[in-house]
Amino acid sequence: MASQEILREEPSGSFVNDPKIRSLFFQTLVVVLLFGSVWWIVQNVIDNLQRLHIASGFGFLKGRAGFDISDTPIAYTSDSTYGRAIIVGLINTIIVAVAGIITATIIGFVIGVGRLSQNWLIRKICTVYVEIFRNIPPLLVIFFWYSGVLAVLPAPRDSFHLPFGSYLNQRGFYFPRTVWGEGSWLMLVAFVVALAMAWFVAHKARQRQMATGQQFPVFWTSVALIVGLPLLAFVLGGMPLTFDFPKQSTFNLTGGFQIKPEFLSLYLALSCYTAAFIAEIVRAGIRGVSKGQTEAAAALGLRSSPILRLVVVPQAMRIVIPPMTSQYLNLTKNSSLAIAIGYPDLTATAGTVLNQTGQAVEGVLIMMIAYLILSLVTSAVMNVVNARMALVER
Amino acid sequence: MGSCIHTGKKIRVCLKTEKGLWVMKHIAIGIFGAATLGLMASAASAGTLDTVKAKGFIQCGVSTGLAGFSAPDDKGDWQGIDADFCRAVAAAVFGDGSKVKFTPLSAKERFTALQSGEVDILSRNTTWTINRDTALGLNFVGTTYYDGQGFMINAKKLPGVNSALQLSGAAVCVQSGTTTELNLADYFKANKMEYNPVVFEKLEEVNAAYDAGRCDVYTTDQSGLYGIRLTLGSPADHVVLPEIISKEPLGPAVRQGDDQWYHIVKWTYFALLDAEELGVTKANVDEMKNSPSPEIKRVLGQEADTKIGTDLGVSNDWVVNIVKAVGNYGEMFDRNVGSGSPLKIARGINALWTKGGLQYAPPIR
Repeated sequence: MASQEILREEPSGSFVNDPKIRSLFFQTLVVVLLFGSVWWIVQNVIDNLQRLHIASGFGFLKGRAGFDISDTPIAYTSDSTYGRAIIVGLINTIIVAVAGIITATIIGFVIGVGRLSQNWLIRKICTVYVEIFRNIPPLLVIFFWYSGVLAVLPAPRDSFHLPFGSYLNQRGFYFPRTVWGEGSWLMLVAFVVALAMAWFVAHKARQRQMATGQQFPVFWTSVALIVGLPLLAFVLGGMPLTFDFPKQSTFNLTGGFQIKPEFLSLYLALSCYTAAFIAEIVRAGIRGVSKGQTEAAAALGLRSSPILRLVVVPQAMRIVIPPMTSQYLNLTKNSSLAIAIGYPDLTATAGTVLNQTGQAVEGVLIMMIAYLILSLVTSAVMNVVNARMALVER
Repeated sequence: MGSCIHTGKKIRVCLKTEKGLWVMKHIAIGIFGAATLGLMASAASAGTLDTVKAKGFIQCGVSTGLAGFSAPDDKGDWQGIDADFCRAVAAAVFGDGSKVKFTPLSAKERFTALQSGEVDILSRNTTWTINRDTALGLNFVGTTYYDGQGFMINAKKLPGVNSALQLSGAAVCVQSGTTTELNLADYFKANKMEYNPVVFEKLEEVNAAYDAGRCDVYTTDQSGLYGIRLTLGSPADHVVLPEIISKEPLGPAVRQGDDQWYHIVKWTYFALLDAEELGVTKANVDEMKNSPSPEIKRVLGQEADTKIGTDLGVSNDWVVNIVKAVGNYGEMFDRNVGSGSPLKIARGINALWTKGGLQYAPPIR
């Protein structure tokens, strides 16, 4: 009590020694300096661009692009605008990042659990995988897939024939494209209905187990529903499905669906590379759950599979998710290495726009903001997941 | 890092230390990047000639390696018509053609490098267009090589293809950020053909992809195709198709806003042409100083009380220095891309106007 009263007294001497005023002064100073320097930099750039007669502003985004892009997830021709070209690149980045994140997580979990396996061979193979991919720069992994694996495949004329009318050659992986006929909406409806029913079954099963302790095979019922109902709708709808098979033409295979080697190598490289880090995170997470938890669960009479599912994994996830976010961000940012093998991601298309228009400052700014938003969205999603998984303290 | 976003009832999305730092770092990089551009530009504005004289050499932007134009030889010295042009400017400024430092630039980097003052001259098989002269803030000094865009295919793999109009459906390798990329799109669109662009940033990557068979067709300036063909696995298998689909006047460029430097570079180019027209060569330049022709004497700075060189901002014997360093335009052409080189490209439209070509220089007087 006494000491608090002393602190509350006005400090003797001038206000220069008042910690409140001092901290306010320095904080204001920092803010003024920060904004001042930002303003000075922006002004300097604008002045210099004008003095050097370099065009500036974002008006160029409405201009005709004039160049073609190899992978266009949305409609794009050389008549589209520069702005649309950048959006095409952004979508390509998102596609490769999302695909990479999913695959890297799956491989990472398998390898991470594998490193803790009782089996000597599996354990060692997983260790070798982690040590190899974790210690090679991602660019080299991309080149490995692009030049070392995909470029040595045969030319289009001597493509590898794979089952179901698929082909593999140095121009990519070709497979038949499904062409949905009339009545295929029925399958979509069936699929949605199946999902809803699966959720309902799971819900009811949980309620019943809580009430009576009896279990219900939820997993297999769901699989049967989700596969069976659309299949039934498919047969009932008169099998409204045909295939567009890839065919040999003068230069390439035409028709069907083509996955280009640029995408494949970037996707495989990013997945393999990031999976090595995720494997270590998963291993650390599982190791982080104390052995007493497993033993206590066993003492309650749980079998090994429910122990893993109900006791170990939920606790491991709490440790795993925060560092996983960093890996997902890294993967997204590493996708900018695509430029080395010519996959038209954001960096590549925005870079081309930058060069064709000569507006470097604006181009770089757009790229930075786009990557920033991508990363912040990834962080936000992962924070939501983390909040759900985090230990609920009472 | 206390910045939190409230989303919904109880979920708080916070920028935790790690992510916050990452964001800060990127913003910082952005700010410093923009600042450097601003600062570098202001540094470059003080008369390029004075800056060049003060540092003692010319920084010359060249390609990352295109045979005949600018490519390092086995000793690491840059050779080619574009590299020699920079030597000619160095000879005019310093009287010594060796006072050049070369900066290899990709097609994408080249304009920013010149705009920001990283290089003093961009002499890098670059096409002169109105957009580059206006919106990009450059000044092209002339056309050191008249070129046009062509196509190259592997005739062994594609027998029967002998015209670019048969290329519908082909995969085409091209370098990004070039006029080539734009002409390609225009040509295929105009002829209602489809193609599959395979685009790389660096020339070596395009070469490797074409050589490996990733694409059927290679397109760039025709001179470039001849140069690249020599570097392929088996050059004899590849043919350049006859169609030329564009005008590609290649020449050196400087920044806008410095007329003196622009004139020095421009008149170096004209001096190379005038020297050839007057028959002044590397071998005979010293004798030519005493030539009876008043025109030759004037060009070589032997006229009494001449001020031609000093008015330009260089010494009066600047043309002598240029020719001593690299020869005249014809010698430069033959040595690098013409009969004296592995490329063996004919003079064609690059001959002097007196011989039916397009190379024409205003008089030095």
